[in-house]
Parts: sequence; C-alpha cells; structure tokens
Amino acid sequence: MGMPQGAIEIEHLSKEYPYGFLHLKKKKSLEDLTMRVEDGEVFGFLGPNGAGKSTTIKLLMRLIFPTAGTARILGKPIDDVSMHGSIGYLPEQPYFYDYLTAHEVLDYFARFHRLTANDRSARVAAMLKKVGLDTAKKIQLRKYSKGMLQRVGLAQAILHDPRVVVLDEPMSGLDPLGRREVRDIILELKREGRTVLFSTHVLSDAEMLCDRVGVIVGGKLRGIGAPGDLVDMKAQGMEILFELSGSAGSLPLLEKATRTGERYRVQLPETELYSTLDALKSAGARILSVAQIKPTLEEYFMHLVETDRAQASAVEVSGT
Amino acid sequence: MRNIRTVAANTFREAVRDRVLYNLVFFALLMMGAAILVGQISIGIEQDVIVSLGLTAISVIGILIAVFLGVALVSKEMDKRTLYALLAKPVKRWEFLLGKFFGLVMTLTVNTAAMAAGLYLALWTVKHPLLKSDAYILVAVYLILLKLAVIVALALLFSCFTTPFLAILFSAGIYVAGLFAADLRTVKGVDLDSGSLRLMRGISYLLPNFQNFNVMGAVVHGRGVPGVFVWQATLYALVYIAIILTGAAVVFSRRNLK
Amino acid sequence: MKTRAIAGMFLAVAVTAGFLCVWRLQEGLDKERSKVESERDDLALRSPALMKKLSLEYAPLVGAIYWTRAVQYYGLKHYLGDQNLELLWPLLDISSTLDPNLIVAYRFGAMFLSDAPPRGAGEPEKAVELLERGIKANPDYWRFYQDLGNVYYFDEKNYLKASQAFEEGSRNPAAMPWMKIMAAKIAAEGESLETSYALWLDVYQTTTNKDIRKNAEVHLRLVKAEMDIREIDKAADLYAQKTKHRATRISELVQAGLLPGQLGDPDGFAYVLSEQGKAEPNAKSPLREEWLREKK
Repeated sequence: MGMPQGAIEIEHLSKEYPYGFLHLKKKKSLEDLTMRVEDGEVFGFLGPNGAGKSTTIKLLMRLIFPTAGTARILGKPIDDVSMHGSIGYLPEQPYFYDYLTAHEVLDYFARFHRLTANDRSARVAAMLKKVGLDTAKKIQLRKYSKGMLQRVGLAQAILHDPRVVVLDEPMSGLDPLGRREVRDIILELKREGRTVLFSTHVLSDAEMLCDRVGVIVGGKLRGIGAPGDLVDMKAQGMEILFELSGSAGSLPLLEKATRTGERYRVQLPETELYSTLDALKSAGARILSVAQIKPTLEEYFMHLVETDRAQASAVEVSGT
Repeated sequence: MRNIRTVAANTFREAVRDRVLYNLVFFALLMMGAAILVGQISIGIEQDVIVSLGLTAISVIGILIAVFLGVALVSKEMDKRTLYALLAKPVKRWEFLLGKFFGLVMTLTVNTAAMAAGLYLALWTVKHPLLKSDAYILVAVYLILLKLAVIVALALLFSCFTTPFLAILFSAGIYVAGLFAADLRTVKGVDLDSGSLRLMRGISYLLPNFQNFNVMGAVVHGRGVPGVFVWQATLYALVYIAIILTGAAVVFSRRNLK
Repeated sequence: MKTRAIAGMFLAVAVTAGFLCVWRLQEGLDKERSKVESERDDLALRSPALMKKLSLEYAPLVGAIYWTRAVQYYGLKHYLGDQNLELLWPLLDISSTLDPNLIVAYRFGAMFLSDAPPRGAGEPEKAVELLERGIKANPDYWRFYQDLGNVYYFDEKNYLKASQAFEEGSRNPAAMPWMKIMAAKIAAEGESLETSYALWLDVYQTTTNKDIRKNAEVHLRLVKAEMDIREIDKAADLYAQKTKHRATRISELVQAGLLPGQLGDPDGFAYVLSEQGKAEPNAKSPLREEWLREKK
C-alpha cells in the first residue's frame, strides 16, 4: 500500500471473559478495537477504571489472549516473543522480587536481552542513575516505597533501548514529585524518538504529554485524536477573578459569582466583558485576573462516559 | 537455554534469601536430639533408628519444601505480578517454567545434601567408625531427591491452573495416592468386573509410583540396593517429570494471567 | 520510659501467674480424671495392616517406634510387678509388620511372649507365629531357629518340634555346630537339665539385649538349682538305701561322705531337706518362691 507501518497496529481486537455460575455468561472487556499508534508518537489511553485500557495493554503484551482480532508491534505479530526485545513494558502497580536489590533486579531482567556482560552492567548503572535510584541500589526492594518501585519498573522497561515503550498507569499512586519525574522521563523518551503508549485516568497528564489520545469507555473506543482536536475549541466565555471588600452596593452579578471570603469568581459571555469590568471598577473591586474559559478534555471525557452509561441502562431496560 | 538458566539461578537465589534453608536448623536439632536420646530409648538398634529417623526427616521436610515452595514461588509470581514484567521480555513461558523447576530442584539438592551430611554426622557420633555399607544411605537420599523432583514438577503443574491452596492439596494428594499406586494393581479377592479391574490397573500405572523411590526398608538395616533398580527409578523419574512439565508448559502457555 | 517498664513488669507477672494457675488446674484435672477413667492400657490402633498404610513410606521408623514402645511396656510392667502383658503381642505384631527386618523384635517377642508369667506373657503359640514370620522375612537368620527351638522345648514342651527346629537351623552354614548336636540330643532324650542349661547359657552369652540376658540368667539359676537338687536327692536316696531312713539334714549327708560339703544355691543360700527328705531351696532364699512356682 505504500503506507508506512505504525509502531503498533491493532485490528478488531476483542476480549471476552466468561463469568457467573458455570461460566455461562460472557463479559466483553474489549470490543472490536481497531487503531494505530504511529512511530515516534506519544499516545495516551484514557478511560475510567475497568474500561479496557489495561486489557488492551495486556493483550498487546501477550499476558492475556484475544478472543478475536490481531495486533502487530513494529510489524511483527504479538505472539512473536523475539519482538519483545525491542519493546519495553511497565506493568500496573509493579512489584518485584522482595529480596533482591534494585541493582540485582535490573541485572536479572537485563539478562534476558542478548547483551554482553560489560554492556549489561553499563546499562544497569546508567538506568539506576537515570531514574534516581543510584544511591538506593543496594537496598532490598521490600524496603522500597511505591514511588521507588515505579522507578525500578520504568528502569527495567527502558533498559534495553526499546523502540516502543508501553506503560500501564505509570503515574498511579505517585506523589506530585514522582509524577513530575515520570512525565519528564516520558518526554525524554519522546525526544529520543521512541514510541510511547501509556494508559492513565488522569486527564491533565494526557493533555500535557500526548500527541494523540484514545478514549475507551465500556470496552469500546469512543474517540481518538489529538487532545486539541477532540474538544470543542470554541471559547465558552470569560472568567473574572476579583476582590471586593465590604458591600459596595449589591451588584446583580454578585449573585452569579462563587465567593471565597472576599474573592469572587464569575463567568460571563465575552460580549458582556467590558460592561462588567466597568461596573466592578465603579464598585471599587480589585480585578485579579481575566481569562478565557477553555473546554477541557475532562468535559469531553465525562460526556463520553455519561453517554455510555445511558446506553448501558437503555440496554438493561429494554432487556436485550 | 540461557533464559532457563537465568530464571533457575534467580529462583535459587530467591529461595535462599526467603530463608527456606533455615529448615536445616530444625533438622540439625532433630538429629542432635535423636543422637543423644536414641542410646537411652532404643538400645541395640541405635544406628537403625538414626538412619530411619534421618531418612524420614529428609523425605518429609523435602516434600514440605517441594510442595509449599513449588506452589508459592509460582503463584506468588502470578499473584504479585512479578511475572508480568518478565513475560514482556524475550523469554517464552515454557522457559520460565523450566527455569523455575530447575531452580527449585537446585534448592532441594542443596538442602538434601546438607541434611545427608547431618545424618552422617549423627550416625558417626552414635557408632564410630562409619562402614562402607553406610554408603547405601546415599543411595536412599538420591532416590528421595528424585521423588522430590517429581513432586516439585507436580506442584508447578497444579499452580499453573488452580489456586495455591488447591495446588498444595492436589500435590499432597497425588503423593499419598502414588504411594498406594502399586496396591491398586494387586487388588484381589474383591468382586469387581474386568472393566473396573482394568480401570484400576490403568490408574495404577498413571499415578506416579512413589514406592519406586523408597528403599528405606533395606538401607535402614544396612542392606544394599541393586544398581539396576536405581537406574530404572532414575529413568522413571525423568520420563514422568518430562510428562508433567510438558503438561504444565502447555497449560501455562495458554493461561490468561489476571 | 517509666510506664513502659511498669507495663512490662506487669505483663511478666501476669503471664507467670497465668501459667501457675494453668499448672495447678491441670493437676486438679488429672486427679479428677483418674477418678473418672480406670487405668487401662490400650493401643489405639491395633491393626498392623492399617498402621502400615498410615505410615505411608515411613514404616521402618514407625516400626522402630512401636518396638521401642514394646520394650518400654515390658519394662514398666516388669518394674511394677504387673503380670498382665496383654499388649505385648499386638505391639510386636505391629512392629514386625511395619519392619519385617527388625530382627530384635522377633527375638524379644520369642522370649517374652512364650515365657510363663510373671516373666512373660505365657503365649508360646504367639511366639511361634512371630518367629515363623521372622523366618519368612529373614530366611538367612539362623538364630530364629534357635529361638523357635527354645520356645518348643521350654514352653510348648514339644520335643519333636524343638528338635526339628534346631535341625533346620543347623543347615544354615553360618549356624553354630551345637545346633546339630542339640537337635540330636533332644530327639533322643527330650527334656534334660543339661540340655536346658546349655540352651539358656547360649542365650545368656550371645544376646545383646539386657532384658533377654536378665531373663536367661533367671532361668540359668533355676536350672542350676534343679541340677543341685538332683545331686542332693541322689545322695539322699543313697543314704536312705544305706541307713534305711531318710536324712533330715544336709549335714548328715555330708558326714556320710555322700556330699562334698554344704551346697549353696546360686543366690548363696544353703539347700535344706524337706520333711519328706527331698532337697529344696532354703526358706530364706529368694530362689525358693520361683522354684516353687516352677513346680506347679
């Protein structure tokens, strides 16, 4: 066809779980997913818990097997184990061997890649430095905090210089400092030209990092594209933040405002901006800020979730 | 091959650091106590008692380790998802399984060898010097080790597809059933139709016959074991282990992890 | 911290007091229990076949444990002077089933199952059964035939079978030559004091089991006493022939030159003559009671 192949190509991937008594009922945790992740892009999987993000990633990593559909990473089918040499994976809530030190764990995982002994020790040392575990490398993992374990997980995922990096909820459970560090690492990976696929339910991270996002709700892909393209970019008005002491008259607009102490925040259409500013000035208010209200990914996201819920209950009601 | 060795070495390391080998302390105390008390309690058969107590302890402790460690190490990996990162590496699932098996067998070998040394020490304190006939004890220990390898393979198989509790139960159950496997063949004087008899015979061959590895009766009284028997038992163990591990590899390769 | 130390001390005291109470309560319970249940020995599991199955593959060890129990059972009963040895057979039955090569169990059983009370259980037929099992499992061990012969000779008083047993055992190239001699002697004479003495002497000299040796010693004393008494009676009969009346005192026989001197029994007490003029052990001798028992 002449089209360059994507780093990850997914076609009609589906996963059903039998459940219930005698395993007669089937739950569809992923339904007919078709999408691509392009070479060198940072792609975010968004979705509420249980939507199918982890399922997709586990299918890609061959931890679970699809009920239907196929996928390819770097042009090779996912059941080609040798292809794993070019991809890195960070599982959700990683946990490693309690009694090993970080150094030993990384060395252990490194041994599965065909590296020379020198190469291996060099890379392990470099990774430990990169994720900031150099000082803690001789301490056993059972003494590590969650954040430190996450860093070990990241280190083992990128230790072998993979072209594609898949991260399952890399930011979960981290404090703001930890999240910042992970974000920085992802950006660095992007700079290095690697493809990054990660899942998260924190939308602001996705907005900040991703070239494109895919929103999965209820096992189905509901939307896919650049964060900017997905939301309605039409500005929805202005927001004024101001301070008003005492009661200089009762401005009608004060009723519409949210108030914290002496600070007020009010939203209004762009057309009314200057008249409102004048009214506030004459009332003696101190204007703190004036900004455009931008729609966020969150609204888009919530909209999708609610649509899905409505469809689901409609299905229940109709009994199909 | 390399992958198997890597997993095996790590399994051994994990078992050691998990303080499995502390059981040797218990064994040492047991042997010391026995060496001291046996003179008071069982006069005339001191060495018989030391040998049979020692071999029994080696067998029982070994089986406990084989079953519990075998189940724990695999189900812990699946439970705690240490397995996830590993399987994302260029390593096949069956390589992981074989690596676990060899790592556990290595652990058991070290443990059993240490216990055998302890047994010889206790024997020496009770009756010095040791005779050439005491070398037969090593044969008994070797056969016990073969038995443990079969049991570890079973534990791995069951932990691939059931819960840890059930895996332990099934492994222990097959051990006990396997001890009576030969009896199924010689059921006489019971009114059964030939179909049932054939079924019982079939089951008796299917079950791993653990009596093949039991030479305590001979060794305790200083009698030897024919070499042919040892060879055949070794082959039997190898074939049986191969069957079990193949089954485990097939099951594990198709298993959806949580 | 002071409160920590106080709490620690309190805990130590409380735990100690608790265990003291437990100890006292247990003693009370034990006392009450002995009122409720009468003291009966019992063996929880009597079936050797079942025990073998339950022992899985560890039968030799369990057999050794049962053997140990048998020895202690015998020892305790002996110490208490209790003649009831009803559990000896079941214990030995189980021991020998669990470990058919436990030679010492058969030998011990041979002696103490067949010997009459108070020394043994007085069940020679059980001893025979046990020995026959032992022979089957250990066909090379010729001493079982010796034990079998002893049981037939001493307790079953079946001299034909005794002779056959010694004969059978003598065929083993490792057997002592006297086995063959003994077979012939018993076939010819049946019971004799010389034979009895020789048989007990071999047991006494060759056994490593202290209970067996002690028992053999008891028998040797009795046989020796019998032999002495036989000598004295012979002398007394000669005296009666000569003097037409029976001697009433040993000294008379000595003065008549029919005895070398005052004979002492193996316990060191002089023999005396009864009212009927027959020799018997001194009333002060501990041998007397045992000797009288044998006469019955």
